[in-house]
Amino acid sequence: MYVYQDYDQRLLDERVAQFRDQTQRYLAGELREEEFRPLRLQNGLYVQRYAPMLRIAVPYGMLSSPQLRMLAHVCREWDKGYCHVSTRQNIQFNWPAVEDVPDILAALASVQMHGIQTSGNCIRNTTTDEFAGVNPKEIEDPRPWCELIRQWSTFNPEFAYLPRKFKIAVNAVPDEDPALIGVHDIGVQIVKNTAGETGFQVWVGGGLGRTPMTGELIGEYVPWQDLLAYLEAVLRVYNKYGIRDNKYKARVKIIVKAMGAEKFRSLTEREFADLQGGPMTLTTAEVERMRACFPTPAYDAIADMPAALQEALASNKAFSRWYHTNTRSHKQSGYRAVTLSLKKTGRAPGDITDEELDTVAELSDRYSFGEIRNTHQQNMVLGDVRQDQLFEVWQALDAMGLATPNFKLLTDIVACPGGDFCSLANAKSIPIAEAIQRRFDDLDYLHDIGELDINISGCMNACGHHHIGHIGILGVDKKGREFYQVTLGGRGDKISRIGDKMGPSFDTDEVADVIEKVVNLYVEQRLDGELFIDTYERIGMQPFKERVYDSAN
Amino acid sequence: MTQLIKDGALAENDWTRVGAEDSIPASGNIIVSLAAWQEQKVSLRNHDGQVAVCLEPGEEPEQIADDLADLPMIAIHFPAFADGRGYSYARELRTRYNYKGEIRAIGDVLQDQLFYLWRCGFNAFDIRADRDATAALKGLTDFTVTYQGDARDPRPVYQRT
Repeated sequence: MYVYQDYDQRLLDERVAQFRDQTQRYLAGELREEEFRPLRLQNGLYVQRYAPMLRIAVPYGMLSSPQLRMLAHVCREWDKGYCHVSTRQNIQFNWPAVEDVPDILAALASVQMHGIQTSGNCIRNTTTDEFAGVNPKEIEDPRPWCELIRQWSTFNPEFAYLPRKFKIAVNAVPDEDPALIGVHDIGVQIVKNTAGETGFQVWVGGGLGRTPMTGELIGEYVPWQDLLAYLEAVLRVYNKYGIRDNKYKARVKIIVKAMGAEKFRSLTEREFADLQGGPMTLTTAEVERMRACFPTPAYDAIADMPAALQEALASNKAFSRWYHTNTRSHKQSGYRAVTLSLKKTGRAPGDITDEELDTVAELSDRYSFGEIRNTHQQNMVLGDVRQDQLFEVWQALDAMGLATPNFKLLTDIVACPGGDFCSLANAKSIPIAEAIQRRFDDLDYLHDIGELDINISGCMNACGHHHIGHIGILGVDKKGREFYQVTLGGRGDKISRIGDKMGPSFDTDEVADVIEKVVNLYVEQRLDGELFIDTYERIGMQPFKERVYDSAN
Repeated sequence: MTQLIKDGALAENDWTRVGAEDSIPASGNIIVSLAAWQEQKVSLRNHDGQVAVCLEPGEEPEQIADDLADLPMIAIHFPAFADGRGYSYARELRTRYNYKGEIRAIGDVLQDQLFYLWRCGFNAFDIRADRDATAALKGLTDFTVTYQGDARDPRPVYQRT
């Protein structure tokens, strides 16, 4: 993890004091609502349907066990005993009181956590692959670059009042897109040149929301020294030319599309020419300092597939199923990365209680170097578990209900908080997720169906990433009633692609039936080894459409 | 009571802003619109008093780049504090054009934006009329450290320590 210097902590403490003063002035009537709004948003505080929502930043998803324990403490002390993992790898509290927020932020600052720039029209939390540092496919650990971006973007004075929010993701895996860089305002792809030096492809103008699209390649090869200068150039172009009079056209993707990639590139190059070689140029010493913050843990020298694991796999079917579904290969022999499923049927996707947080912290201390990761699919990960300890870890997780063997399967549904919490939502998300999970409650069948991403958003802001679900579900409001649009063929796995709309929307009660019909058709039509998305890409929308709409008549 | 903060302290404001519809007064320090400057540059150079130009959002420093040596002050107008274009304009004036004169924020200028404005190169702030400029001064000292370089100190924090 990044180790805070004195100045990091000082900055955080000064931010807490600043927001305490701003909150007091607001409550005393010295700051108007519209003046306080961007200030509270840039500290993560929303005013929501039933209570405020406080979003806490988890830079690139990494958490330490003391941080997890502090989150548990906040759940108990100021909330209703649980919190929520968001699709931006952050943590959300749903029930804080506005006047308590300065105290909550002070408590979090003691473990180097905060709500800085988790909302508002500014640069948001930088995200990456939840398996960063342990993924055998990555060309290098992306987290040092994420941390450099975090520091550059935190309190960047020029970019606090952008036209709209701005999201950056970093990917270090070739030919796959685990960080969804294709649908970010900026997607940074780490590459190596022929000399083996690190550089970056910079994609600009992807995004979901009302007008989903994938980004354009603007920087074809940015040398590592110039990463921050190049990002600054892109942001300056956006800050100057982004659309400000219509919030639905204010994301950078709209101007990239309108002026074209060529023009956007030439504007960026002009700004970059001023900055390149200047004080923003990264030094070897600084990059090495960042890399040293993410050292290889003190792994034990052990071989893959130790006897203890083999025996457990042979003797326990449930463990075996979980092992194959929820653990994945690791850079280091003898270790696996373990996904904790926050998707047990009946649990709101991504929710976790104070007691569970404490137990996960305990497990991470005992089995995974005291580190935990949040995933954009609203699960958690223990990144470094010895294979001969997997059975113990599974037992502990199973006892808590965090070992549902459904990672990447149909019931591992991504869903925003939706109309149960969010004031923006047109429709509920959580009950739809639960209805689908109940429909597909047969584990054997679930595993037979195989990998299938279902994503649910309660409105077109797309916090549930419905556009990139293999099956996407979008809540819409029709004359005060909740309906759901279904898209097929989106993906956010190997690449990012926006799904196709199936047709007219469905009533709440129909959604689980529709999903079942879609899945049934896939099962009938699939060829050997074909996943849902493969079959969809081979046969297209029409057969699915006919099945769903014809049989509905 | 003055509403002007300049170089970190309250200061007298001896400038008058001339609206687009108003005629240019015979004398005194005046802040004119970009359009007025472009149309009447020649006569304004003979004005009895100093002349500054006010940039609105959408009016970039590039448009006065050749005149900067004649201008003791550039005002940047914030019709609404949440329109952040002026931050980039000030930064550009200081870094690209190396402008050394006064850069003044006018319009919806409030305490909670001062620190970032100052870091971007503004050194004068005409605080919105309904707010106490003395109280707003505190906004300049919210933080004692910064991560990035800025118009004041181009070095990032790791090069300063």
